[in-house]
Amino acid sequence: MTTSTEKVAVVRDTYTRYNPSERANHWLVVVCALLLMLSGLAFFHPVFFWLTALFGGGQAARAIHPWIGVVLAISFTFMGIRFFRQNIWTKEDSEWMSHVGDVINHREDKVPEAGRFNAAQKLVFYVMFWSVVTLFLSGLVLWQHYFGDAFPIGLQRFAGLVHAVMAAAMIITMIIHIYAAIWNAGSVRAMTRGPVTGGWLWKHHRRFLREEVGGRK
Amino acid sequence: MTNGWNDIKNADVVLVMGGNAAEAHTCGFKWVTEAKSGNGAKLIVVDPRFTRTAAVSDLYAPLRPGSDIAFLGGIIHYLLSNEKIFKDYVLAYTNAAFIVKEGFGFEDGLFSGYNAEKRDYDRSSWDYEYDEAGQAKLDPTLENPRCVFNLLKVHYSRYTAEMVEKTCGTPKDLFLKVCELIATTATGAKTLTSLYALGWTQHSKGSQNIRNIAIIQLLLGNMGVPGGGINALRGHSNVQGITDFGLFSNSVPGYLAMPNSKETTLEEYLKTRAFKPIRPDQMSFLQNYRKFFVSFLKAMYGKNATAENQFGFDWLPKVDVNLDTLRQFELMFQGKMNGFICQGFNPLMSVPNRKKLIAGLSKLKYLVVMDPLHTETAHFFENHGEMNDADPAKIATEVFLLPTNCFAEEEGTFTNSGRVIQWHWKAAEPPGQARTDIQIMADLFLRLKALYAKEGGKFPDPIMNVDWSYRNPAKPTADELLREINGRALADLPDPADATKPPIKKAGELMDIFAQLKDDGTTSCANWIYSGCYTEKGNMTARRDPSDPSGKGIHPNWGYAWPANRRILYNRASADPSGKAWNAKKKVIEWNGSRWAGIDVPDFGPLIDPTQKATGPFIMNPEGVGRLFTRGMMREGPFPEHYEPFESPVANPFHTKVQSNPVARVFKGDLEVFGKSEDFPYVATTYRLVEHFHYWTKHAKMNAVLQPELFVEIGEQLAKDKGIASGDMVEVSSNRGRIKAKAVVTKRIRPLVCDGKPVHIVGIPIHWGFIGATKKGFGANQLTPYVGDANTETPEYKAFLVNIKRIGPAA
Amino acid sequence: MASLQSLDVRNRSASTAVPPSVRKDLEVAKLIDVSKCIGCKACQSACMAWNDLRPDVGVNSGIYDNPENLGPAAWTVMRYTEHEEAGRLEWLIRKDGCMHCTDPGCLKACPSPGAIVQYANGIVDFVQENCIGCGYCVKGCPFNVPRISKADNRAYKCTLCSDRVAVGQSPACAKACPTGAIVFGSKESMVDHAQGRIKDLQSRGYDKAGLYDPQGVGGTHVMYVLHHADRPELYSGLPNNPEISPMVALWKGALKPLSMIGMGMALLAGLFHFVTKGPNEVTEADEENARKLKGRDAA
Repeated sequence: MTTSTEKVAVVRDTYTRYNPSERANHWLVVVCALLLMLSGLAFFHPVFFWLTALFGGGQAARAIHPWIGVVLAISFTFMGIRFFRQNIWTKEDSEWMSHVGDVINHREDKVPEAGRFNAAQKLVFYVMFWSVVTLFLSGLVLWQHYFGDAFPIGLQRFAGLVHAVMAAAMIITMIIHIYAAIWNAGSVRAMTRGPVTGGWLWKHHRRFLREEVGGRK
Repeated sequence: MTNGWNDIKNADVVLVMGGNAAEAHTCGFKWVTEAKSGNGAKLIVVDPRFTRTAAVSDLYAPLRPGSDIAFLGGIIHYLLSNEKIFKDYVLAYTNAAFIVKEGFGFEDGLFSGYNAEKRDYDRSSWDYEYDEAGQAKLDPTLENPRCVFNLLKVHYSRYTAEMVEKTCGTPKDLFLKVCELIATTATGAKTLTSLYALGWTQHSKGSQNIRNIAIIQLLLGNMGVPGGGINALRGHSNVQGITDFGLFSNSVPGYLAMPNSKETTLEEYLKTRAFKPIRPDQMSFLQNYRKFFVSFLKAMYGKNATAENQFGFDWLPKVDVNLDTLRQFELMFQGKMNGFICQGFNPLMSVPNRKKLIAGLSKLKYLVVMDPLHTETAHFFENHGEMNDADPAKIATEVFLLPTNCFAEEEGTFTNSGRVIQWHWKAAEPPGQARTDIQIMADLFLRLKALYAKEGGKFPDPIMNVDWSYRNPAKPTADELLREINGRALADLPDPADATKPPIKKAGELMDIFAQLKDDGTTSCANWIYSGCYTEKGNMTARRDPSDPSGKGIHPNWGYAWPANRRILYNRASADPSGKAWNAKKKVIEWNGSRWAGIDVPDFGPLIDPTQKATGPFIMNPEGVGRLFTRGMMREGPFPEHYEPFESPVANPFHTKVQSNPVARVFKGDLEVFGKSEDFPYVATTYRLVEHFHYWTKHAKMNAVLQPELFVEIGEQLAKDKGIASGDMVEVSSNRGRIKAKAVVTKRIRPLVCDGKPVHIVGIPIHWGFIGATKKGFGANQLTPYVGDANTETPEYKAFLVNIKRIGPAA
Repeated sequence: MASLQSLDVRNRSASTAVPPSVRKDLEVAKLIDVSKCIGCKACQSACMAWNDLRPDVGVNSGIYDNPENLGPAAWTVMRYTEHEEAGRLEWLIRKDGCMHCTDPGCLKACPSPGAIVQYANGIVDFVQENCIGCGYCVKGCPFNVPRISKADNRAYKCTLCSDRVAVGQSPACAKACPTGAIVFGSKESMVDHAQGRIKDLQSRGYDKAGLYDPQGVGGTHVMYVLHHADRPELYSGLPNNPEISPMVALWKGALKPLSMIGMGMALLAGLFHFVTKGPNEVTEADEENARKLKGRDAA
């Protein structure tokens, strides 16, 4: 297998799916999100409270969680700016979404061609975008040490609820996102190393491949 | 207090006027809540401000500061004109029936005998008619127009509800509600207790406020009964003790008088003191004056006091002029005083007219301050800007600060408002170099004595002859002093009933009671009223048995109440002339056929049979009855009369000719600094707050947290007129100075309409100074006038004129 | 501070285990009779003294309230309201502090196991060593009582002197109250005592006098006797019918299992999808197609 892959690799075209800067940005967001999830889950449900130990205890976890959030918000802002244009929703995306069953069942041939990001990825992007915005804003309201007395109590309670709801939504989205990366072989390599093969693009982002190939003329 | 703290719970109506018991006497106020919740009592509060006492009252009525006599006079008028008096009591136990002699009169605001030049009265016409035997004449039918009762009616006929409204600004209907509630106690079935404090005394006619309530309580029959009485709430834990020991230039302990300079011999002195009874059957307890005074002299001079040298009478100072606090500072100000020992007193904050005080203290050669705290007085020379505008470079006064301990760092006694003397134990060692006041005084005395012994002097005898026989002369103990106060036999005292029996006291033994004191030098007693507080059975003041067999709050074995461990004074008056309680529910003592007995120590000859002798219950008075008419005892007159404060925005509605107290003393120079209402249109009053105790607790962080900063209180209308918002900085000025403070704008102070004109009130709490844990603050005494009550010289802190303006938002 | 034994714990924050149920302590309560209160702040002093609290010396801002609000070092404060009705002025003075709810919103909101405990006697206590300083208790409390210290990031509030109560003493405030406006005892006897006070107030014309023991939070272990029990909000905003905020209830209630289920489902969905459908791998045909596409374009 290894041999054949190497052999094939010689003849395969490769395309840079994510450049180093994009990859670094993504992984910064990933690290932040994971840490936030671990510490946040600890505050969310008692069964996860032990996770605070990863951060040096409850007080430390409570203290660092919002700062990580700030880093995530900043890094996500850069990522948002970077990927915003490619994530604009189009008619084709709606069409793509209607074939989501085909996607799940490995029937790509029935699925409309996707651009650099398919509709599901765009959805992830939107969910992440709004999650980060609301989590950041509600997080500020909840940030006891600096803003403990700055907001009315009703807003604080609302922020608590919103923060939890959006965090749950974000975590579920992250699970889907991560699974999709694992399931669609080659995706992880794209985000860790950068390149994908032409075949990978043909399979998942054919319209993008067409544009890429066209662009190379 | 004629009654005691615990006794308040027996009251049916509680009148708090001239005081703010909840804030200034918080712990004692529990008995008011007890009366309310346990006895269904109604609480009436009459005050210019809606205080924290008013917050728990059933009925609150406002009045203009300084108009109490008009208000109380109005109550007397109401009681008399509606016949809401306890007639049997009034007839038997007051001087209502006594006939006043021809010549006494009252016209245009003045009683007979006024001398405008001296600002004083010839009081000889203020007396009864006497028969040949020197006994006062009575008319029990009350028909004689010159009997006290009819004179009283005539005098108070002017004090109508309309006049009350006009003078005090109290709405008429509210005033009448107060009268109606008070009148419910006129039948003997219910009692009214009166609680007052400096709100009545700190006026130029304060003593007459108290006279008014005395008349009311006598008319209602509320003296000598549980839940009744006139109860002065004392403002310090031991100020009752200070009064009992006569720490004034004109008294000696036990309310005896310091001889004056005309009384050159003991006999001369005693001639006017030991009142003879002026009614048949009367006992006039003060006939024993000689025994008390001689025993006092024996305590002072010990063996050196002998019958031959009038028991050392010559060594006692003789009063030429009464050296009250105001006069002391006046003399200081005039440069007539060299040194001043200031012990447990912070006059720079508490005596009126700060500018004058600093000027006076600056003229001293030396000032000694004995205090546990850094008082402002000890630092009077420091410049704290407008708060204390002194120039240290120009002040040569040498100041010594001798640190003393706090009360919990020594043993001794406190005497509370209810006259209960309570021993307290030492809880901690004093810090640093602090010593007890006793040690410092002893040290001072021994050094003075040594100097006199060495160098002689003009008149060393008063020092050299003092008896100082303590175990350690440099450190007399509180225990030794209390024994000395109680008194002891100096020789064997024979049984007065039967001299053949063994002596009732052997030489050296402690007295059981002042009745055992002798006038021949065989007993000593430093304060006769305390006699019985430390007997051969031990220290009575250290008793802590909380039991109360009667349930009436008597607690006979808790501490020791002077006199004679009696908790309710004049308690003979709780029973009718035949010796039976007026009301079984309010029983204190009764004649049981052979003696007086009951739940308290009888304030009466225990064996005087009421069926045989008509001895009156007020045994300290030569009349034997309570005085509605005080003869010549009060300087303003035998009946209280309304006079305006020396600074007032209102012309006296009762008489145009006499605006303010005609006999109050005014020093030259102080007259000029009285303000006019054109310049200072608002009435100011000063007071304490519950969060602080005078100028002590501002040193404690906890108290500072609870009330951190000086403020003044004004009503919403005045605030609106002056553009002042709550929390703004304001300047309050009088003709004597100005202060800056935060403004508290409140509904609790409102303008009072007097004679159609609104009078606005500015409330000024007193607790801040330039040293302490609180924010620095001005003293109210930068504003207050330098005039005092004519009888006691208590300064007029409760009513004076100011102006107020906004100076900016909260700084 | 936790002053009682773990056996006395009825309820514990952020804990899934069932608390011990051996001890059935007598339920205690503090009754504050507002009609007897003179606003002397002795309770505040006693609280400061016993608990060794010294808030900063503040300023006067035109009111008698000082400290102006509850704080990490001010566990109880007097709140003063001037209320005028039918020409009659009333100065309503209320001692504010933790109500020790039977259903405590703070405990419900607290994410840190054992940072808030409720004893069988009804006292709700903060255990500062377990506190993480998140401030969720502040959000959970319907009475706006807990305060987080900036100095140590821990939550503080009235303990009902659980340390004193544990050894049979009454809370410091009740001990110090000079007028008997604060009394302490079993909840039953306090309710009983309140009835007598209410009768007295009704006889004085306060028809609506009553006991404040709000059932919305399951009743409280600090109760008030109010002259105007029909309008508790007159007393510096004492809430009428307080309850745990629906937002907090949802956040700390249904949302927890729902979210857990959601996340679990997502994980399981992925797992089962993977084991049933397997990875979605690129085939040689795809590569070929890609090459073709490029070649065609190149051509």
